[in-house]
Amino acid sequence: MTEHARFEVERPEWPKEEGVRRIPYWTFTDKELFEREKQKLFNGPTWNFLCLEVELQIPGDFVAVQVGETPVIVTRDRDGELYAFENRCSHRGSLLALEDRGNVKDFTCVYHAWTHNLQGDLIGVAFKDGIGGKGGIAKDFCMSNQGPRKLRVTVLSGLVFGSFDENVDDIEDYLGPEIVGRIARVLDGRKPVVLGRFTQILPNNWKLYAENTKDSYHASILHTFFTTFELNRLSQRGGIIVNENGGSHVSYSMIDREAEAAKAKEIYSDQNIRSQSDLKLSDMSLLGNFKEFKDDITLQILSVFPNFVLQQIQNALAVRTILPRGTDSMHLKWTYFGFEDDTPEQRKTRMKQSNLVGPGGYVSMEDGCIGGFVQRGTTGSPDEQAVLAMGGYSTDSSDDRITEAAIRGFWREYRARMDV
Amino acid sequence: MISLSERQQLVTLISMVQARYVREIDDGDCTAWPDFFVDDCFYKITTADNFAQNLEAGLMWMDSKNMLRDRILSLLEANVYERHSYRHLIGQPYITDVEGDELDSETSFMVARITREGPTDLFATGRYIDRYRLTEDEPKLVKRIVVLDSGYIDTLLGFPL
Repeated sequence: MTEHARFEVERPEWPKEEGVRRIPYWTFTDKELFEREKQKLFNGPTWNFLCLEVELQIPGDFVAVQVGETPVIVTRDRDGELYAFENRCSHRGSLLALEDRGNVKDFTCVYHAWTHNLQGDLIGVAFKDGIGGKGGIAKDFCMSNQGPRKLRVTVLSGLVFGSFDENVDDIEDYLGPEIVGRIARVLDGRKPVVLGRFTQILPNNWKLYAENTKDSYHASILHTFFTTFELNRLSQRGGIIVNENGGSHVSYSMIDREAEAAKAKEIYSDQNIRSQSDLKLSDMSLLGNFKEFKDDITLQILSVFPNFVLQQIQNALAVRTILPRGTDSMHLKWTYFGFEDDTPEQRKTRMKQSNLVGPGGYVSMEDGCIGGFVQRGTTGSPDEQAVLAMGGYSTDSSDDRITEAAIRGFWREYRARMDV
Repeated sequence: MISLSERQQLVTLISMVQARYVREIDDGDCTAWPDFFVDDCFYKITTADNFAQNLEAGLMWMDSKNMLRDRILSLLEANVYERHSYRHLIGQPYITDVEGDELDSETSFMVARITREGPTDLFATGRYIDRYRLTEDEPKLVKRIVVLDSGYIDTLLGFPL
């Protein structure tokens, strides 16, 4: 059976012109497709988020992360540069790093003590010359030919990305200027501080979460916290930006100053406005916030194809990494952060607002279960299809959020890179 | 230094209130859960790794009884999730310090989660790191830090632990 045979023979056609209007449900369950994703996406010419640069401050610092399902070590070497390589011994494949982070001089495998430097090069083999002239490694063995695969590493506004394919586009071109600018908007000129790390195990294919982060249409419908308690006190307008490749995006909303001014007049003319619900929060300090950005953007969700999300929900900031675990499970790694120059009051505000996000967040807990609902709803119907028709069929940026354009953009880049 | 019998009395007192606490979450509707706390309480759910590294963020981070009330109100009125319940098993409280009318204690717990379509799953293990204030009727929580042993949370964390 050829590589494509499964799709051609056993699956109904996923016509190119259907493109991104309809997504067959087998894309969330097919094991061969997943093998292809590992090859074309996670080991291919894409940029995968690795860590924050501040997690690697001094030479010898390392973090152990994953790219797709592949364990990876990211280091800062004595030359001050960042390096990334597979967390896999050159010899027989054991994990080299057995902690999530730390500071080391090298990585010596626990199995047979083969030693690797901070750039992932094999530099020592235990009993290489044997003992008393007996044993030792084969004469033709060359240490420089051995070694875990290395990643190309790039840093953008303090975010460290890696790629197993040296030929990946430079990240500025991969993302385009608008996405790069929106990352800089959150991170530039300030030193992040990690405030906490949590991993959420989601019972769904990784692409369902990727879709969810790009789905600006669902936000006010599935997540009813703000509407139930009538917390959208300010008039908001927003939009989405989809990059040229399609798979990276920004969804944002901002205070609409004009509508606010109009509303202020209305309050005098109409004293009989009644609340639709009697439900009120008892402690409104949850919604307290401080002016952190030059603009009026209160929410910005930004994704980088295929596995990264940068979140600003008021002052609650986090990066999220999407890690597939087979076809029907994934890990979502959250790193909450603030900045070094936060005042104690600002830090407290971030802590309170963190109740909005994460595995138990008021406006994010639903995202923990919705992917599982789709997975369970569709597993028995692989040949049926999801519809992506909101906002038409384009993958263009737009001034409103009632659109599925960013999801279509994801699938456009996905189909192109996967060649399916 | 307090005597053994005084310590036993405190252990009994804390055990009794903690038995009621988990009953409210597992078999009640959580609406009385905030009443186990003083008004200006602190409640946080974090993980052993974050706790060990002094990372301050929590899965829940609340510094007033009203915030606890809001949590339950939101779960009952606003949030969307599949129907599920918890079953807590708690260990003996270990009293670590007594100072005036306040005491510190630690208690291990295991929590199973039972979701609408599924078996009983082990959802969380960990310890409560508590400060109680002894009042006339019963001890009230001034501070509860829920330290989860694992940093991995399955699906979502809605109801408190």
